[in-house]
Amino acid sequence: MQEKVAQAPASASGNGPMLLALRGVGKVFSNGVTALSDVDLTIREGDFLSLLGPSGCGKSTALRLIAGLSTPTSGLLDWRGSSSVDRPDIGFVFQEPTLLPWADVFDNVWLPLRLKGVSRAKAAPVVMEMLARVHLTGFENAVPRELSGGMKMRVSIARAMVTKPRVLLMDEPFAALDEITRFKLNNDLLELWQDERFTVVFVTHSVFESVFLSNRVVVMAARPGRVFKELAIDAPYPRNETFRTSPDYAALCRQTSDVLIDAINSTAGPHHDGH
Amino acid sequence: MTAIEEHALTLDPEEARRVRQERLEQIGRWVLPLAIMILAIWLWDRICVWNDIPKYILPRPGVVLQTLFDDAGLLFSSLLVTLKITFLSLLLAVIGGVGLAVLFAQSKWVEMSFFPFAIVLQVTPIVAIFPLINIYVDNQTTKLLLCAWIVAFFPILSNTTLGLNSVDRNLRDMFKLNGATRWQQLRYLRLPAAMPYFLGGLKIAGGLSLIGAVVAEFVAGATGQSSGLASRIIEAGYRLNAPRLFAALILISFTGILIFLVLSLISHLILRRWHESALRQER
Repeated sequence: MQEKVAQAPASASGNGPMLLALRGVGKVFSNGVTALSDVDLTIREGDFLSLLGPSGCGKSTALRLIAGLSTPTSGLLDWRGSSSVDRPDIGFVFQEPTLLPWADVFDNVWLPLRLKGVSRAKAAPVVMEMLARVHLTGFENAVPRELSGGMKMRVSIARAMVTKPRVLLMDEPFAALDEITRFKLNNDLLELWQDERFTVVFVTHSVFESVFLSNRVVVMAARPGRVFKELAIDAPYPRNETFRTSPDYAALCRQTSDVLIDAINSTAGPHHDGH
Repeated sequence: MTAIEEHALTLDPEEARRVRQERLEQIGRWVLPLAIMILAIWLWDRICVWNDIPKYILPRPGVVLQTLFDDAGLLFSSLLVTLKITFLSLLLAVIGGVGLAVLFAQSKWVEMSFFPFAIVLQVTPIVAIFPLINIYVDNQTTKLLLCAWIVAFFPILSNTTLGLNSVDRNLRDMFKLNGATRWQQLRYLRLPAAMPYFLGGLKIAGGLSLIGAVVAEFVAGATGQSSGLASRIIEAGYRLNAPRLFAALILISFTGILIFLVLSLISHLILRRWHESALRQER
């Protein structure tokens, strides 16, 4: 009943060359919990790929492995056919905005460049452009506590993108936001992605969010965390509010939701704890 | 502007009551302690008069104030000596406390190995250590400094260590992802994150360094080697000069209060934009 998809099917976009392949990747924590088991997954340049699944399916673990914040117990991460040391520049957006509370918006966005030795003056045009891209022009001197949740998340995205990384990893970035703010950020993120054509790996537990954003949805199942099934979301970009209310979107959501329910039920058995 | 005024005019009774309450509290915060203080001084004065207490046992407040003016030259030059020890030892406590904390933060092993020593130094009463210091150290100023430093550095060390270790896990990951060096992580993440903790320790250490300086002078003063405020107090005690004793005491407490206020102000100015402790309550 477990379907593994080694090769991504043709989809709406992201038919670019292979960027990263996870080959038989597993992760076992020291407490004996198997977070991931034998994951095969290919990510192509320009993909907007969502990892969708119930809690405990290892989607955040997978993201941390890709980011290099954690190393796999078994298997390997194959970046463009080379070894895993050749990890490209990566932007990471956490579930919380994770900003420096003592620094203003400019300094927060400047930080990744600052750590690479870029001076304030040299970074300023890039930082200001990035702030404009996330619609935060005029807020560069505000400190995080003066901003709303959505604005803080925009700063976090600007910070992740300021180094122009080829890969953007997002760990349930909008989960804590209200629906209106989330929709707005979804639209703005897609716009940014279409302009810059970087690769996104997006962890979420929302069917609607994953279908709206991605060209590929990878549904994961728990205990042990594994890839359950991969779905291509064959709807054209740009996607906007019209798409959000279209029958196509509803049908895709339904289809994805069915697969997710199968994935959740596949865990049912002696280990199922009813959550 | 007019919108705000109109809004103020249409406050409902409940809101109006709250505004009044807040205003009263604002005034009470200053007036109440001041009134109690004045009342206490007045009572002190009355007790002296009613019971006919001689001034070498309990001087009237007016006499103490008079002494403070009459002996100003002597007292303030002594205060200066004590202040010098206080601030030097506070400075050394900051350097030593923060330096050690940064060292501890480099490795859990270093912290585990050396922290117990800091605790031993902290819990052993300084008066009990002083005779040893007296044997080993010749220079009077060095002696006093060492004493005051031992008393003052621990809160800075322990608070700063706690602060350096209280960095958000995700922020640490973010620095790691961006290839931050150990030094960059310290400079841009851990030191700023430890700032509120350090300032909390500093406020405690400010008072302690004054206490340390005075206690050290007391112990040293017993052997007649010191010229700080404490030796003025001992001297006045020998001569049954109660008014000067009180004047010196008042000077010490005011200095302590002043140090606390100044350090609180510094702390507020540094943290006011971002830290919860310095933010005004919003409802």
